[in-house]
Amino acid sequence: MRRIHDFHGGIYPPERKGLSNTPPLRKARMPEELVLPLAQHIGPPAKPQVAVGDRVLGGQRLTDLSGLPVHAPTSGHVSAIEERPVPHASGLRGPCIVIACDGLDEWGEGDRFEDFRKADRGELIAHLHASGIAGMGGAGFPTARKLPRDEASSIPTLIINGTECEPYITADDILMRERAAQIVEGVEILAHIAGSREILIGIEDNKPEAIAAMREAVRGREAMEIMVFPTKYPSGGEKQLIEILTGRQVPSGGLPSDLGILCQNVGTAVAVADAVLRGRPLVSRITTVTGETPQRPGNFEVLIGTPMRQLLAEAGCSLPTGSEARRLIMGGPMMGVTMPDADCPIVKTTNCLLVPAADELGNDQTAQACIRCGHCAEACPASLLPQQLYWYARARDHERLEEHHLADCIECGACSFVCPSNIPLVQYYRASKAAIREQRAEDARSERARQRFEARQQRIERAAAEKEAKRAKRKRAAMAKAADKASSDAGGSAGEADPIQAAIARAKARRAAQADGAADAEGAAAEAAAKLAKVEARLEKARATLAADDGSDPAISAALRKAVETTEAKLAEARAAVPAPVAETEQA
Amino acid sequence: MSLLVVTSPHAHGPMSTARVMRLVLLATLPGVAALVYYFGPGVLFNLLIGAVTALACEALALRLRQRPVLGTLGDYSALVTATLLCIALPPYAPWWLVVLGVSFSILVAKHLYGGLGYNPFNPAMVGYVVLLISFPVYMTRWVAPRSLADSAPNGSEALFSGLGFDAVTMATPLDLMRRNDSQLLADLYAANPQFGFFGGVGWEVVNLAFLAGGLWLLYRRVFTWHAPVAMLVALALCATLFYAEGSSASGGSPLFHLLSGATMFGAFFIITDPVSSAVSNRGRLVFGALIGVLVYAIRVRGQYPDAVAFAVLIANFAAPFIDHYTQPRVYGTARSRES
Repeated sequence: MRRIHDFHGGIYPPERKGLSNTPPLRKARMPEELVLPLAQHIGPPAKPQVAVGDRVLGGQRLTDLSGLPVHAPTSGHVSAIEERPVPHASGLRGPCIVIACDGLDEWGEGDRFEDFRKADRGELIAHLHASGIAGMGGAGFPTARKLPRDEASSIPTLIINGTECEPYITADDILMRERAAQIVEGVEILAHIAGSREILIGIEDNKPEAIAAMREAVRGREAMEIMVFPTKYPSGGEKQLIEILTGRQVPSGGLPSDLGILCQNVGTAVAVADAVLRGRPLVSRITTVTGETPQRPGNFEVLIGTPMRQLLAEAGCSLPTGSEARRLIMGGPMMGVTMPDADCPIVKTTNCLLVPAADELGNDQTAQACIRCGHCAEACPASLLPQQLYWYARARDHERLEEHHLADCIECGACSFVCPSNIPLVQYYRASKAAIREQRAEDARSERARQRFEARQQRIERAAAEKEAKRAKRKRAAMAKAADKASSDAGGSAGEADPIQAAIARAKARRAAQADGAADAEGAAAEAAAKLAKVEARLEKARATLAADDGSDPAISAALRKAVETTEAKLAEARAAVPAPVAETEQA
Repeated sequence: MSLLVVTSPHAHGPMSTARVMRLVLLATLPGVAALVYYFGPGVLFNLLIGAVTALACEALALRLRQRPVLGTLGDYSALVTATLLCIALPPYAPWWLVVLGVSFSILVAKHLYGGLGYNPFNPAMVGYVVLLISFPVYMTRWVAPRSLADSAPNGSEALFSGLGFDAVTMATPLDLMRRNDSQLLADLYAANPQFGFFGGVGWEVVNLAFLAGGLWLLYRRVFTWHAPVAMLVALALCATLFYAEGSSASGGSPLFHLLSGATMFGAFFIITDPVSSAVSNRGRLVFGALIGVLVYAIRVRGQYPDAVAFAVLIANFAAPFIDHYTQPRVYGTARSRES
């Protein structure tokens, strides 16, 4: 038996898992319409490969492979490809493929591997990508991207996350109880691809039935070990789980693979098994519907793309009407994201829909002054000093924030949970992280601009110097020639060079050279003036476009304003370039 | 239908600032009861006057600063400040002394610095030190403990005119210890009945009562053990190191220091004030130890009989410095950067 380690901090919020883990797993009704957002994962979205009106079969890939693809969860027709509300923290709409289901549920033939152990590693990884598999624990990182491409970069330890430390959620709990065998299949495939020799399956001790089922399923498999540890939030965080199971910490700014560890969620393992052994891409998942508002909370096997409203209705949850505001949370009470619209579809990462009663999640009072009690520092799983971070965040002291390792905050919310003054700490950190990111991008932009400007200056100077050198050479050659001629002339007439004549010739040559230089400066001035005119014209045009803009799209308006500003800056630069050569000319 | 769009986390624990403050107030009860038993109900008059003054000053300051008055009064923080200061004042202190101290604590030490959470110094101790420096006669005149006094002081008379007659006041054990350098401890103890068993008659029990209240707060996780334990250990270590059993110049035994004066009250109710102390647990260890050493040094070598207030204020100065050097090691960062 391995030793279980502990991590710093953590909290014990009310678990409330009993609300949803007692009813059996239900299959959600197939909706009339499925809405499939193109971006359901971290990374760029793929491009649609179907057109409106096309008939599609279940399991058919609807996009190309430029990003993580999405698949038709059932048969039907593509009824629209358009922007719809999507479940994202921004609350913005996103491009979606909409399928009108025909209810026949006809499926195409899927690729599958008879014996994955004989298959090529690259082939399997490509298959996982083509099956649209993203991490199902919450973040939605494309699974194929985490896997090593070759033998040399094998990852010795595979950690399977069955922790589910967020209160309320029981989707993984139910999955482990009902589909332990499939999880083990998927784990074997993942271990095969990653070249892992030891497999640790971590489960919190508040899921005795899941633990029993998983123990049964791994029996006889030497490499796999079920590790049970005390319930504490956020032990399911990747970094925390790694510390619990191995006692090691992922280096700040690094990845688990730096320690030779790969982390995958139990739900992801099932999706991998389905894709590799049964040729079924990721088109459904288990979602918990819970909270005190739904009358029949529980877990549902639901098709990706099902509108949340329909799933909520099946759980007996009517959203409040009128002025009463309620939260519809995708995920748990600690890290979940509120939905702006109940028409948002279930996506690959929707592990839970939580609709709490008005005062279910604790007091929602106004924030009071921080009394620096330090409960937050006690609770922080990253050993940060949240009260200091709060202080610096309010002061917008980015330097101090980075010094206090703001970047290592995992936004688990433990600090806010324990804060007696009800301060929205995580929100402060998120805003500060965004501000720092923005500042960095801005710094990088201006640094690039500076380098470009300096490079250009150098180029111009170099060109001018080269020109000057050439001219001087020419002049010298001409003068030498003239001197030769003069001396030969003089030699012809007087037999020796007249020093006075030679001096006059040299002075003449010098004057000529100076006039040349002036002409050159004039040329540069003319060039700068021409450029100035050009920039002025461009600015005029940019201003006209901005004036013509109706302001319907704030992004476009902002871009136009930005364009005008940059052109103005360029104009100033061009203006600065003009008078300098002119002044030189005057002096000359 | 309307959906609330807010960012995570959505859940919040049951702890609130008002609740923390209420727990602290409750925890002073055993100590206050012991004070009343040994030194008469004088401390209750202090508390009453102090509470009224504190609430009035807090309301005034909030109003002047244009902050919500009622909501903030409800956080009990002004009451806690007043309570801690009034416990520290001598029982039967004249009423104006209490009013002056409490209003200085609330108006100057707290609100002039920005109110709750922004004061760099412990407000109660600032008030105490202001009074101690300005009115040393009133501030050092402690009523004799119950079993040693001939008669109890007349409450109302004391309240309005101060304790005038020597019959009911007596030097505290700490005072006696400081002023007598050239005797044998045994002689000193024999000559002054105030010394009691360990820390002085009455004082021992008062200290134990505050210890009990403090342990209860620890159990309720209102603060961590680091600062109090560090202070008590540092104080005991100093006292052990410099203790010579025979001579009164040695400054007294470790037990005498732990159970005398404001030691336990300071350790569990004063230095645990989160606002003005160090923030990390390691920082609190340093903070507490610094106070322990300072308390010993000032008690034995300083000009004042007790030292908690001065020690706390000096350590408050040092808190940001301590914080700078005691940042905890963040998850995933190298151990070498620990300092």
